Amino acid sequence: MKYRSAFDIIGPIMIGPSSSHTAGAARIGRMARTLFGRQPKKAVISLYGSFAKTFKGHGTDVAIVGGILDFDTFDLRIPNSLQLAKEAGIEVIFQIEDTVTDHPNTVKIRIEDDKKDLEVVGISIGGGTIEIVELNSFKLRLSGSNPAILVVHNDRAGLISAVTNILAQHEINIGHMEVSRKDKGQMALMAIEVDQRVEDIVIEELKALEHVTQIIGMVE
Amino acid sequence: MLFRNVAELVKLAESRKVKIAEIMIQQEIDFSGLAREQIIEKMDRNLTVMEQAIERGLSGVKSFSGLTGGDAVLLQNYIKRGKTLSGAILLDAVSKAVATNEVNAAMGTICATPTAGSAGVVPGTLFAVKDVLMPSRQEMIEFLFTAAAFGFVVANNASISGAAGGCQAEVGSASGMAAASIVEMAGGTPKQCAEAFAITLKNMLGLVCDPVAGLVEVPCVKRNAMGASNAMTAADMALAGITSRIPCDEVISAMYKIGQSMPSALRETGQGGLAATPTGKALEAKIFGSGLK
Repeated sequence: MKYRSAFDIIGPIMIGPSSSHTAGAARIGRMARTLFGRQPKKAVISLYGSFAKTFKGHGTDVAIVGGILDFDTFDLRIPNSLQLAKEAGIEVIFQIEDTVTDHPNTVKIRIEDDKKDLEVVGISIGGGTIEIVELNSFKLRLSGSNPAILVVHNDRAGLISAVTNILAQHEINIGHMEVSRKDKGQMALMAIEVDQRVEDIVIEELKALEHVTQIIGMVE
Repeated sequence: MLFRNVAELVKLAESRKVKIAEIMIQQEIDFSGLAREQIIEKMDRNLTVMEQAIERGLSGVKSFSGLTGGDAVLLQNYIKRGKTLSGAILLDAVSKAVATNEVNAAMGTICATPTAGSAGVVPGTLFAVKDVLMPSRQEMIEFLFTAAAFGFVVANNASISGAAGGCQAEVGSASGMAAASIVEMAGGTPKQCAEAFAITLKNMLGLVCDPVAGLVEVPCVKRNAMGASNAMTAADMALAGITSRIPCDEVISAMYKIGQSMPSALRETGQGGLAATPTGKALEAKIFGSGLK
């Protein structure tokens, strides 16, 4: 089930003109910002398919940048986001791609500052509902409608159970979980969608685990 | 998950002797873990946004491109002159659907229902039949949950995205959702709601998504007008006891398959259909300048 709530169908409240190309685009931009954890200095935004063909008419460009500025879908500042990003010192580059992607509404966002960078691929599947399908070249599926924890780690035996143990101790239920890795024994990713709010203390405990290199919490 | 298709949804409402809206509310409580009051309040906010968008549209708006705006006002003035051919209620629904989409095109605030491009149909019909059926606020909120239940089935079993399935997936779905909700508000049975949805969507099958200049304006605003009138007609037909020979879920499945076989030029790329006409291309060049896109 791609859509799980009545409010995926009636909603979101948003600035026009397109739920997939404006609201969905803003949500992908905001997810990228949340995953990055702070305001970036630079964003390279690559548009594919229908996004590439009609981004200007649908305000897809201003919506993605608005999302990166942490604006919600109904934020009246979205139409002015390019100017606002400039004022905030964020360099924004748009790239129009010809490559055919699995989904017609696909965007790749690479955001960075002096210290780190992050690359996400998001798709806007209709009515403002989105999925993040790639994070730093790892395949995953993240809807953003549930709290989620992303664990970047070295591929070692027992680590998945160590992570789920900590969640179990805090009585956090896992709704969806995916694991992927670059290669046997190499860098790996666990994407865990959960039902409950995740307190900072849980994140800290996960960070302290051996072979865990990074924890990204999307826990608002 | 309480229901996966319309047949299950209807059966559930019949066996529990409740409205379809109630099944969707139950489903939302199960899914979100929120209290019933919180869910009702959330939908109430959506309803308020819809009402405000209609008001704004009826006071006259203009999009940045200048392609759309002001038609809702023309229709309201026409209705007020007292002599219409298709009747004041139907035209009121049409004008309110147009009003919403004119606000959307002007980058105003709307509630996607199920998408922004098709956001006018459900509120347009709701705020028109309101004057005949005199619903309570609670019943108006239920109207939206009924619409959500049908949209939910389409979104999960087919598509509500113009880029994936053409305009039939957007305005087609919205129109069916509106028809089903009108029937329920008018006192029809769950089965009649499903008939109304099926009749509506059948008449939207094959509708392409061909926005001029890639904007959600031409033909989107007027497609919402037709979506609203189609919904009103189908609702009346279902309430009259007319049924669809093809069951609702099979119509939804047909819509999905048609969408999959639609060329990408006709799925929200702004490259085929009306977008590719000489005037469509001339408008695009005028708005964006040639070579900009």
